[in-house]
Amino acid sequence: MKKTLFDKIWEQHVVDTVDGGRNILYIDKHFIHEVTSPQAFAGLEKRGVPLFRKEKILATADHNVPTLNQHLPIVDPLSRTQVNTLIKNCEKFGVELYGLGHQYQGIVHVIGPELGITRPGMTIVCGDSHTSTHGAFGSIAFGIGTSQVEQVMTTQCLLLQKPKRMRITIDGELQNGVLSKDIILYILSKLTASGGTGYFIEYAGSTIRSLSMEARMTICNMSIEMGARGGLIAPDEKTFNYIKGRKFAPQGEQFDKAVTFWKTLFTDEDAQFEREYNFKAEDITPMVTYGTNPGMGIKITEAIPEAIDPNNTKSYDKSLKYMNFKTGNSLIGQKINFVFIGSCTNSRIEDLRLVADFVKGKSKASNTTVWIVPGSKQVQLQAQEEGLDKVFEAAGFELREPGCSACLGMNEDKIPKGEYCISTSNRNFEGRQGQGARTILASPLMAAATAVTGKIVDVRELL
Amino acid sequence: MEKFTKINTTVVPLPMEDIDTDQIIPARFLKATTREGFGDNLFRDWRYNQDNTPKDFILNNKIYNGKILVAGKNFGCGSSREHAAWALYDYGFRVVVSSFFADIFKGNALNNGLLPITVPSDFLNDLFLSSEQDPNSDVLVDLEVQKITILDSRKFVEFDIDPYKKMCLINGYDDIDYLISKKGKIEAFEKNQVIF
Repeated sequence: MKKTLFDKIWEQHVVDTVDGGRNILYIDKHFIHEVTSPQAFAGLEKRGVPLFRKEKILATADHNVPTLNQHLPIVDPLSRTQVNTLIKNCEKFGVELYGLGHQYQGIVHVIGPELGITRPGMTIVCGDSHTSTHGAFGSIAFGIGTSQVEQVMTTQCLLLQKPKRMRITIDGELQNGVLSKDIILYILSKLTASGGTGYFIEYAGSTIRSLSMEARMTICNMSIEMGARGGLIAPDEKTFNYIKGRKFAPQGEQFDKAVTFWKTLFTDEDAQFEREYNFKAEDITPMVTYGTNPGMGIKITEAIPEAIDPNNTKSYDKSLKYMNFKTGNSLIGQKINFVFIGSCTNSRIEDLRLVADFVKGKSKASNTTVWIVPGSKQVQLQAQEEGLDKVFEAAGFELREPGCSACLGMNEDKIPKGEYCISTSNRNFEGRQGQGARTILASPLMAAATAVTGKIVDVRELL
Repeated sequence: MEKFTKINTTVVPLPMEDIDTDQIIPARFLKATTREGFGDNLFRDWRYNQDNTPKDFILNNKIYNGKILVAGKNFGCGSSREHAAWALYDYGFRVVVSSFFADIFKGNALNNGLLPITVPSDFLNDLFLSSEQDPNSDVLVDLEVQKITILDSRKFVEFDIDPYKKMCLINGYDDIDYLISKKGKIEAFEKNQVIF
C-alpha cells in the first residue's frame, strides 16, 4: 500500500492499538522547559512512579527567563522560583539541563536542531505547541499538554488518535524580498486559523525544496497556527548536510547508516491525503497581519478585507477594534514604535544575518525601539563571531540574550498598552506581547525595514 | 481525576470565535508550579481592567453562574498550555460546548475531567438563543447516552466522544494508569527499535 511520509513514521512508532482506535505512540525525544513541566514532575512524585527514560529527555529554560543580565539572579520572584524548580527537578530526576548560563541554552525549538538532536524519522514532543518546528527534518513533532508531559515521563508513550493527512504543495520561484515567513503567513491567510485542525501537514513542492533548513523550520513552526497538530517536510541532501557534524548527530559509519535509513522517508507516489492544497510561489508577496489571529494576514499591497462571514462579524469587529484598524485601509505608512526580531519562528543565525545585511550602513528610525533576541546561546555567539552584533549596535538595535522574550511576554520584555509592534514571532493574539499591545506579524526583512523607516513599508522597494 | 456522568445547569454564553488560550489564561499567570488557583485569572483581561476594576464581561454578571461554557468555533486555539483547561475547571466549569475545538485544548480538557462537546452550529445558536431569552434556562448533559438537551425546548443533539475517553471520564481514570499497565509491551517495543 502507498504511504505518506507521515504514515511511515507514525506506523514505525505504534506500540499497540487500543479499543476505539487510539494508538500507543512511542516518543523518541522529549524536550521540557520551566513553564509546562513542574506540575508533571509533581505528578510523578504524587503517584510515586519513577521517570521511565531520563536519557530521552532534555531540559532548557527559555519561556520565563530575562534577556538581559542572565548571569545575575532572576529579579521576579515567581519567575525565579519557576526556573529554580526546573533546576531542582532535573537534579532530582537526573535529567540533562541546559539552563541559564549554559553554552547550549536557548529556545527549545532552536537548540534541538542546532545540536543535532532533532533528526529525520523521529517522534518528538514538548509541552509547547511550536514543537511542530522540528518537523522540518522529516520527523513527527508536536506540542502536548502537561498531563501528556507526565505520560511521556512515566511511559515514554502517548495515547493518541491518528490525525488526518494534508499536503500543501508550493511550486515556483519566490520573488526577491519574500521569505519563508511570508509563505506560511500567506498559507495561513488562505486556510484560516482553524483550517488545519485535525490534520498533520506535509509541505512539498519545488519552493519548499529550495528553502534552507532554517527557512523550512519557520514554515513547520507555524503549522499549529492553522490548528494543525504539526507539519513536516521530507528530508533531503540539505537535511543530511545540516545534521552532519553537529554535536549529537551520528558520526562516521553510523551517520552513513542513518542517511541510508533517512532516504526511505518520503511520501510514495500516489499516496492518499485527505486534503490537498496547491499554491504558486510567484503569487506570494511580503505579508503582514492586521487582526488578532495569525490567519488574519494580507499581502503588503492589499487593504484590510471585509469579514469572511458577513452575518457573523462580532469576532472580526472586536479584532479590528483592538488593533484600531479599519476595513479597506492599507497598513503601508502605519507608524510603528516597537520592533521584535526573535522567537522560535525567526531567531536563528540566518534570520540575524538577513537583518544585519539589510541594516548595514543604516540606522533605526528615531521613533523605534528594536529588540533582537537570539534563539540560543549558540546563535548569540555565532552572531558575535561574525560581527553582526557590531552592525546591530551601529544601527541602534539591541542584541539581547536568548529566550522566548516578547513573543509571549512572560518576562519583562513587554510592549506597552496601545503600541504597535512589528514582530517576527508567531501569534498576534490580544495581549500576547503585553496587555493592550498590538502585534503585526511579519518576516525578519519586513521587521528590519520597519525598524529603519519607523513605519510599515514594502521591503521590496528598499532592496 | 474526578468522575463525570451527567450535569444539569445553566450555561455561560460567550459567542466569540477563535478564543485562544492566551485569552483564557494570559502568559503572565503561567508562573505557578502547581495546578491550583488559575480560576481567579480565567479570561483575566476580558474580565478586568489593568487597575483590576471589573469590565462589562459575562463572567462579571452574577446571573451567569452555570457550569457549562458555550463558545464560538475554534475554541482553545493557540498555545498548548494546559493551564487553560485548569483555569476553566478551577473556575467551576465542567463542560465546554462549541461547534469546533482546537486539538490540543480538547485533549487537555479531557485529561482534566472537563468535557468538550462539539455540536452543529445550528444547535450552538439554539444554546445562545435560549440563554439570551432566559439566562436561567437549564441544559442537561448526559455523558452515558452522549446527549445534550436544552430542557425548556427539549431540543437535543447526540455528541461524539472517543469510547476510551468516555470510559476514562465516567470512571475518573487517566491515560497514565492505562499506559503504566502496558509497560511490558512498551519495553518489548524498545528492544526492537533502532533510532538513528
